Amino acid sequence: MLMTISILMENKPGALMRVTGLISQRGYNIESLTVARTLDPMLSRMTITVDVDSRQRSQVIKQMNKLVNVLQASDLTESPAVLREMVLLRVRATMENRTAILKEAEIFAGRVVDSSVDGFAIEATGDPEKLEEFIAVMEAYGEIEVTRSGMVAVSLESKKLRLAPPVSKHHDESVEAK
Amino acid sequence: MSTLISGARVLLECLSREGVEVIFGYPGGVTLPLYDAIYDNPIKHVLVRHEENAAFSAAGYARATGRTGVCCATSGPGATNLTTGLVDAMMDSIPIVALTGQVLSKLIGTDAFQEADTFGITRPCTKHNFLVKDIKDLAQTVHEAFYIASTGRPGPVLVDITKDVLMAMSHYTPVTEIHLPGYKVVTDGHAGQIRRAAQMMWEASRPYVYAGGGILAAGATPELTELVDTLDAPAVCTLMGLGGLSSSHPNFVSMPGMHGSYAANMGMYECDLLIALGVRFDDRVTGRLAAFAPHAKVIHLDIDPAEIGKIRTADLPIVGDAKKVLSKLNKNLKEMEAEMAPLHSEDRKAWWKQIRAWKEEHPLAPSFSTDEIKPQHLMYEIDKLSGGEAIVSVDVGQHQMWAAQFIRFNQPRTWICSGGLGSMGFGLPAAIGAQMAHPDKLVFAICGDGGFQMAIPELATLANQGLPVKVVVMNNGYLGMVRQWQDLFYNNRLSSVEICSFPNIEMLAGAYGIKGRIIRSPLELVPALKEMIAEPGPYVLDVRVTQFENVYPMVPAGGAINEMVLAPPQPVAVP
Repeated sequence: MLMTISILMENKPGALMRVTGLISQRGYNIESLTVARTLDPMLSRMTITVDVDSRQRSQVIKQMNKLVNVLQASDLTESPAVLREMVLLRVRATMENRTAILKEAEIFAGRVVDSSVDGFAIEATGDPEKLEEFIAVMEAYGEIEVTRSGMVAVSLESKKLRLAPPVSKHHDESVEAK
Repeated sequence: MSTLISGARVLLECLSREGVEVIFGYPGGVTLPLYDAIYDNPIKHVLVRHEENAAFSAAGYARATGRTGVCCATSGPGATNLTTGLVDAMMDSIPIVALTGQVLSKLIGTDAFQEADTFGITRPCTKHNFLVKDIKDLAQTVHEAFYIASTGRPGPVLVDITKDVLMAMSHYTPVTEIHLPGYKVVTDGHAGQIRRAAQMMWEASRPYVYAGGGILAAGATPELTELVDTLDAPAVCTLMGLGGLSSSHPNFVSMPGMHGSYAANMGMYECDLLIALGVRFDDRVTGRLAAFAPHAKVIHLDIDPAEIGKIRTADLPIVGDAKKVLSKLNKNLKEMEAEMAPLHSEDRKAWWKQIRAWKEEHPLAPSFSTDEIKPQHLMYEIDKLSGGEAIVSVDVGQHQMWAAQFIRFNQPRTWICSGGLGSMGFGLPAAIGAQMAHPDKLVFAICGDGGFQMAIPELATLANQGLPVKVVVMNNGYLGMVRQWQDLFYNNRLSSVEICSFPNIEMLAGAYGIKGRIIRSPLELVPALKEMIAEPGPYVLDVRVTQFENVYPMVPAGGAINEMVLAPPQPVAVP
């Protein structure tokens, strides 16, 4: 099944490699992955969709949370969250079907970002199924070229971020996260 | 203001503050500044003969002491040679810090001489790794590395340091704080879960303790012993957990798993409560999962939350440090004892009776012969001489399993064994690490004739350091465990398992200035072992044992744990 994971991690060299390496090492397949800085430039937010056996979901999250640079990994698959993807699509348009293409784009809340005598470049956002439909409709008008962003997600629940407190050196006790 | 010192000296200052006594390493081009600083530093450097063995020796040191072992290698091939040792430490949760040199920062990415992407290569081989390209980060990073390696579930951490950082001049500023916000370690365990666990333990009719390497990592032997005593439950220790509960403890059954004893495996199968402490339900223990402890509820204690439910769903999970959790659990057990102990006392008597019956039915008994030295006989005599007290480091294969079956370990951290990765060539370098940590203890390196040949260069290290390691080569002329599988599962088509051209040990050891001896007769065995132990320095004893002996009992891979093959098939009489 497709699982959506949201990861907050320190923006350090190699952090992305640790996450992707872990996924392939444990035998899961990445469907899509997006990553960018957060409001705090020291941190990055990553959204990954992974194809895993449903029984493996909690194991995936636990393994992610073990990575030293990962502050929080959460499973958004069944929790309240908004999942969105963007598609950039170029469609060749003849003089006859230009209007029809624009109307279809409007139905899918697509926005024309470039127009030329050859056709249009359209951007659209939405959940992946809606974008699939949009792409299918546009394909009916002729040759298209598509670039998808991969899923980005935001949780609708406020999850308390549990962080390990600083440890003073030569303090033998291990860190305890409460 | 303190004086300016080189990055290499900053590094050594960090190591000294971490209490490092010894580094196992091999120098090279980019670590020249480090070796120049080591030249007059009190930290001892042991020159190994191959970087892989530096990692094994550091792990041997860590396994024998519980302290973090340190190894060091140069860039490129030095670093890539470390990787087997790193993965080995990763699989067995052994704390080591590996220091590697890297080419000059400005040369990174140019395919410079002896450049390799150590940071990328070792990512999956370590618990965490670092690349230091700025002297300002060096001290903080090194202390973080030790902190990560030794806390939580221990493991290997690598710090890759560019040559310019080792050369840069700076002041050493003591590191006062480690802040790794994403590195969360839960040690205490949930009080409610611990109380419920105690209750379940008293409510069980057939409780069974399944203890692993986590007991040793946490130093929880006293707490485990108290738990076993209080409950009076039978207990098994996994290959990684041997010594976690003394092998001479009356409740110790033996090792379970593929080559575990009949009683240990039957107990696993028939118990109604499996008390899993610091174990990871390895496939070599469980066999076919569906048939593993099928009647049991499972209490699973581990410091790594990802181990809980990874293989077997736990009815009662506890995340925490085994020492802390078991100490609380013992209090709970004692509080409930008067009220709850009588509940199932009859059932428990029957359970013990059953366990004893299994032990008598198919005991782990060594076999002897008057014509040739049986491998089990060899282990039996080593056990008698050790009396449960010697440190025994082993390689991987048949000898490892016989050693685990027949040698007792009355103390934790005396059994040094590559469990998860099963790295051949581990035994000798790991013994070197253990002997460095305990110069006065009797340390055996028991190897097969295959694994020994992977580690021969370290005889030079033994001689060089004058370490009195007693190397026993259990020589059957074959890669015995692979031969056993070819025998049992591939119609005895023995493909590339015969070891021809094995060197003459007396001459080989002699070439290094070490005493060596070859024995073939059972009559020579005890005198030879005694002579070896009496020798103040290192000694290599080549013991020619029965060639075609197989290890039993055996649970074939993927088989059910209660369906062991107990002995070789007997020839059938043709009418």
